[in-house]
Amino acid sequence: MVVQQIAFWIIAIAMALAAIGVVRSQNVVHSALYLVVVLAGAAAQFILVASEFVAWVQVLIYIGAIVILFLFGIMLTRAPMRSTESLDNSQRWAAAVVSLFLFGVLAALLIDAYGDKEIKLNDSLVAIGNTNVVGTEMFRNYLVPFEVVSLLLLAALIGAVVIARRD
Amino acid sequence: MALNYYLLLAAFLFCTGIYGVLARKNAVLVLMSIELMLNAVNINLIAFSAFNRSVSGAVFALFVITIAAAEVGVGLAIVLLIYRNEHTADLDEVDELKG
Repeated sequence: MVVQQIAFWIIAIAMALAAIGVVRSQNVVHSALYLVVVLAGAAAQFILVASEFVAWVQVLIYIGAIVILFLFGIMLTRAPMRSTESLDNSQRWAAAVVSLFLFGVLAALLIDAYGDKEIKLNDSLVAIGNTNVVGTEMFRNYLVPFEVVSLLLLAALIGAVVIARRD
Repeated sequence: MALNYYLLLAAFLFCTGIYGVLARKNAVLVLMSIELMLNAVNINLIAFSAFNRSVSGAVFALFVITIAAAEVGVGLAIVLLIYRNEHTADLDEVDELKG
């Protein structure tokens, strides 16, 4: 129990610092690499609550596919690598105020609503996170949404090819 | 483990993403900040899935990951098209619709 708490806080602090790095770094490639740390940290947090299947999908899809897409996007748009000009616009102080205010409101609400709730770490938690259970649930109760999402993915793929085609 | 730890971490990531969307000029960086926000939602879904002992949260997290992949693909294609036509990915300079 204590070991999980220590692991949670180490990973959470790393994720928070890397998330600030994503939005504050003045080098676009560094931002993408900080994003990898945040996504890997999220996968580690999923493992801490025994959602192993989602954790590995997170590693495969987010770190394996989406970050690579970002790196291609950075390369193809020739984003500024040297910090000759700022990557932030003039409204960053207003943006900081908005996000801090939202965090304050969310934190107050969450502590008020879920302050005494505990995730119980025992064997019944392990029984709901494995691939067998997730697959059974998805192909039994969520089959139609699954097919709709696969159609959406196909449409997005064809749409991306059509938009980016050069002719 | 307190449920709040996960929810507060997710809230922090979401607010960081909001700051990035509002304060960044480069279109690719704005898309990265949107990924931060989607990831925060995933952490919430998994935390409540573990809290309620329900698999549905994990299934919805998988759906969110799929939608995020589709969104990044289409978003980067649009950014690429803007870059090809305007020779910049800077969102402050893409103001053709301004009256």
